[in-house]
Amino acid sequence: MKRFLSLMLLLVLFVAGCAPASTPAPEPVTLNVFAAASLTDAFTEIGNNFQSANPNVTVTFNFAGSQALRTQIEEGAPADVFASANAKEMDALVAGSFVIAEASRVLLSNKLVVILPVDNPAGIDSLEDLAASGIKIVLAAEEVPVGRYSREAFEKMNGQFGSDFSQKLLANVVSNEDNVKQVAAKIQLGEADAGIVYTSDAVAAPDLATIEIPTELNVIAKYPIAPLVESANADLAEAFIAYALSDEGQAILQKWGFASP
Amino acid sequence: MLGLFLLPLLSVFIRSIDPQFFNYAFSEQALSALKLSLITSTITTICAILFGTPLAYILANWKLKYKPWIELLIDLPIVLPPSVAGLALLIAFGRRGLFGSYLNLVGVSLPFTTVAVVMAQMFVAAPLYIRSARVGFTGIDRQLEEAANVEGANRWQLFREVMLPLTSKTLLSGAILTWTRALGEFGATILFAGNLQGVTQTMPMAIYLGFERNLGVALALTVMLTLASIVLLLSTRWLEKPNCD
Repeated sequence: MKRFLSLMLLLVLFVAGCAPASTPAPEPVTLNVFAAASLTDAFTEIGNNFQSANPNVTVTFNFAGSQALRTQIEEGAPADVFASANAKEMDALVAGSFVIAEASRVLLSNKLVVILPVDNPAGIDSLEDLAASGIKIVLAAEEVPVGRYSREAFEKMNGQFGSDFSQKLLANVVSNEDNVKQVAAKIQLGEADAGIVYTSDAVAAPDLATIEIPTELNVIAKYPIAPLVESANADLAEAFIAYALSDEGQAILQKWGFASP
Repeated sequence: MLGLFLLPLLSVFIRSIDPQFFNYAFSEQALSALKLSLITSTITTICAILFGTPLAYILANWKLKYKPWIELLIDLPIVLPPSVAGLALLIAFGRRGLFGSYLNLVGVSLPFTTVAVVMAQMFVAAPLYIRSARVGFTGIDRQLEEAANVEGANRWQLFREVMLPLTSKTLLSGAILTWTRALGEFGATILFAGNLQGVTQTMPMAIYLGFERNLGVALALTVMLTLASIVLLLSTRWLEKPNCD
């Protein structure tokens, strides 16, 4: 018994003596990343890699329309990093002193593509077919960046397909969805004949047919990314952004259909 | 707890105080959403009364073999999240849906139409009316029915002259609950009916999108919807008061 006790004592002393010597476990921290809905898949993968490299960090994502995220940040939501699908929302946060202008960098570029259900029930073979009467088109709402870019692209197409092209096309719109993932979902379900999303969304939803939009008719979206001024983990936010901009991060983004800036 | 209920609503009212308020409230988008919401929720309520009253009456008075299961089926939409309702409606009545594909063959396509808005509202809101109507009919004294039978009243007369007057207040307050719920329907509608101004964009939808574009319009609509709901709830309260005469 005595021997057992002394052994225990020794053990306790050993452990107590060891503890301070070992490297102190870093405090667990949570990094809140607010990112455009179109980044859902790519950023989830980037976040997982970032967590593996920084075991004390938990990356929490808030994926939504960029403008909804901006409103949430303006209303005081605790964000460390903001990745927007357009410059407008980032500029608004810069104007509101939530982001320092110099801290904002271009993360990637993304372009538009037409998506169709695989069996293409309306028999759409070209961009011009989108204006044929009786076709059901689903777009993102004009308030959402991809919705605005889609409409800008139609304006460009007017030059090639006739001045009333965009008007006829917009008359075919049956729903203005509140985010780009909903557009892809409605086409996947076959509820509409065609939709416009980013190439990255077409990659994320593989059972879709696509029609490319030539560069001269396309609208290229640039996604800015920045740390928030009020972030409690500024260094970590910067490290996350650096990783997303690194070759490794960019490779992941390309895998999900984005192009480098 | 009360603060949790009160503070958000109070904040919306305070934030909505804006010289632009009436411009927002009477903007084209707000008005078309208001109009669509009023029309669809009224149709939903009328349908709920027309089809729900006989159903509730049968459930309250007839002996049916599967009655508990039917009642469960009616109660289910009340507790299901609206997104489940929307997805289920889409899977059932969408173009590729289980039933929708047959409708599509005869040229009927429900998603993205005003009919889809009403269906979503019906699915979510009509059970509230059926529930309170059933409770109302069940609460009627059996002796009154027997007395009416002795007097030689047939079933229709019994329903019209005895049951309906006795339950009118319960029915009305049930109808108002359904109306309020239909007015606020969002989750099922955005999935099943989509969002197009003037066709499927109801007030809650315009509020959601307004949140993304113009907070002013969203706040103005929120205030209007909240006020309308308060008025409707007060009227049910008034109806539920016991008879004073």
